[in-house]
Amino acid sequence: METKNIMIVGVGGQGSLLASKLLGHLLLNQGYDVKVSEVHGMSQRGGSVVTYVRYGDKVYSPVIDKGEADFIVSFEALEAARWLPFLKKDGQIVTNTQQIDPMPVITGAAEYPADLVSKLKATGAKVDALDCLSLAEEAGSAKAVNIVLLGRLSHYFDLPEDAWMKSLEANVPAKFLEMNKKAFELGKNHA
Amino acid sequence: MSLSNTKQLMLGNKAVARGLYEAGVCFISSYPGTPSTEVTEEAAKYEEIYCEWAPNEKVAMESAFGASLAGRRAFCAQKHVGLNVAADPLYTMSYTGVNAGLVIVVADDAGMHSSQNEQDSRHHAIAAKVPMIEPSDSAEALEFTKLAYELSEKFDTPVLLKMCTRVAHSQSIVETGERTVPDKPYEKNIAKYVMMPGNAKKRHPIVEQRTKDLIAYAENCPLNRVEMGDTKIGIITCSTSYQYVKEVFGDSVSVLKLGMTNPLPENLIKDFAAKVDKLYVVEELDPIIENHVKSLGLEVTGKDLLPICDEFSQTLIAKSFDKEVASSFTLEENIPNRPPVMCAGCPHRGLFYTLKKNNCTVLGDIGCYTLGAVPPLGAIEMTLCMGASIGALHGFNKVRGAESEHKTVAVIGDSTFMHSGMTGLANVAYNQSNSTIVIVDNSITGMTGHQQNPTTGYNIKGDPAGKIDLEALCKAMGFERVRVVDPYNLDECDKVIKEELAVDAPSVIISRRPCALLKYVKHNKPLKVNTDKCVGCKSCMRIGCPAISMKDGKASIDTTLCVGCNVCSQLCPVGALEAPEREA
Repeated sequence: METKNIMIVGVGGQGSLLASKLLGHLLLNQGYDVKVSEVHGMSQRGGSVVTYVRYGDKVYSPVIDKGEADFIVSFEALEAARWLPFLKKDGQIVTNTQQIDPMPVITGAAEYPADLVSKLKATGAKVDALDCLSLAEEAGSAKAVNIVLLGRLSHYFDLPEDAWMKSLEANVPAKFLEMNKKAFELGKNHA
Repeated sequence: MSLSNTKQLMLGNKAVARGLYEAGVCFISSYPGTPSTEVTEEAAKYEEIYCEWAPNEKVAMESAFGASLAGRRAFCAQKHVGLNVAADPLYTMSYTGVNAGLVIVVADDAGMHSSQNEQDSRHHAIAAKVPMIEPSDSAEALEFTKLAYELSEKFDTPVLLKMCTRVAHSQSIVETGERTVPDKPYEKNIAKYVMMPGNAKKRHPIVEQRTKDLIAYAENCPLNRVEMGDTKIGIITCSTSYQYVKEVFGDSVSVLKLGMTNPLPENLIKDFAAKVDKLYVVEELDPIIENHVKSLGLEVTGKDLLPICDEFSQTLIAKSFDKEVASSFTLEENIPNRPPVMCAGCPHRGLFYTLKKNNCTVLGDIGCYTLGAVPPLGAIEMTLCMGASIGALHGFNKVRGAESEHKTVAVIGDSTFMHSGMTGLANVAYNQSNSTIVIVDNSITGMTGHQQNPTTGYNIKGDPAGKIDLEALCKAMGFERVRVVDPYNLDECDKVIKEELAVDAPSVIISRRPCALLKYVKHNKPLKVNTDKCVGCKSCMRIGCPAISMKDGKASIDTTLCVGCNVCSQLCPVGALEAPEREA
């Protein structure tokens, strides 16, 4: 199998490390060779962060380059737009519609682009946008945005639900499991 | 902890830690630095290994040397610039050699994800005349770590294990094994371990012979391997560059993968070159392998084709070799940058705001507070290396005198001050410059992800430990003026900074407030904007807090980020930023 590429993008502190950990666990259990590349250090402080997840028969490079991503899973709308050039021609974006202003917007040096989701769709890219924050809150915690996104991502994977649940169980604390399962379902079944 | 014989996905740095465990390492001393930090953090989870954070890399390496001398396998880790600090012991440990194995991780940061320069640590290996080995994924990180201890003991030398960001911070599959602990007796050997001229003179030829022996080893060792494919193109590569080469070419070209990059083999390279039509070297940063290959009289292409600056990727390699690269989508839109910022509630923010307000020239240092240079604060005017703020301030004031003494300050964090600020402060005390030093004490080593240090009172495992009293230390050095301020209190900050800059005496201001991200720090409820009062003057925006933005001409607070530090409300001229009722 040719190597598949998933990019997880967002703002430092949004919980993308748990998402990549869970995906890594899931794909390893499916028998794939897997590489996950993370960002630590300075850019974690509220900066734009990206995690690469690659899987297949044999994975060499730990990073994903322009035009290579089968999936871009984005925690924030502007970040989906920033990383769009990394999407493969037939790739899929799954993005949270949440808007988090970066410092140049806060200081007034730049403007947050309006109608980003429609502009993304207008490029011809396949975009699945959902308000993950509301769904996470509905599940019981604003912190479950990452699990809502993974639930939505699972919609595009031909894997038994059981496999996802196993990885969820292995990576979230038991006391938050039910809440996270709900978040996963809300994301997965979002119309 | 038992994780034996299971296949698992593991971070490169964690795989090194696992290798340390399996190699029977008993002693680890390090100073944190991205991207090396997790090696020591992960190793500290094994109860069988003694682990500690040292005040700096030099102390860490010397402590590891002592443990090796005593007969137990030892280790220290640092980032590339950390090895500069520890270079002094390293270069002479090359002469003394080791007793039990001694391995040193140095983690380079091509691409400068979290560093102040992009130096290539292989120069240190060459200059110190010690072997350097470079894994290219987590499985090799584990295996090479174990092998490094065998090499260290066999060749009687410290061994540098070079990581880079992409190997250190990528997870790939490893298989783990069991731990075995070798034990060597300590034996007095003055000629080997006391490096005074007479003894060192006898050790130098031993070092030179060792390099020759290591070259012979490199010719046919498990660290270096040839993967023959089509012979039109032959590529010599190492570390993460190997992965990019394989990603682009698969098995369609011939590859010489060097796991040992100092010393480099000669015959292995010549034989490989003879089998291929055209020879390339693909290596990040400096042309070290390339220059070696050229020194063997071989024709080779390297930095003519590939850049010295920044990290590589598969696309960069593909483009350089005129191969097709993937196309994608373009969005005709100005995407604002999202640079890292000080967190909401960061205690450094109030201090930098006050320094800027007083029109201070700020000489900065290394840590989260380096972000004080970023707009809208834009307060820091110099950052060089760990501890440099104090030395630089001393020199600045000595030549500029009164015109700078009353407006220039050094800003340094608690951990950085312990690392190498103390000696700078000693110089101010001794050579008497009229300098004002601000120690921003947030009770943790922040930027690298919350490590304890000698001022926090806790050790690497979170257990109570010795605690250095900053005020007492500064006073003992001769500073009569040592002031402590709360950076959340802007009036107090302003008053103390004005007073200490005005006075004709050296002084230390300790700006003390724990990092807002520390688990034990209790946050206040988020502030609320009273939109009837808010006049949209943007005064609150001057501190650059990510929780504050303007919505419809009024200030707006992101309640998921705001920790109720109240710094912004002290700037509001109309009292529109209100704290909710506090419970008594």
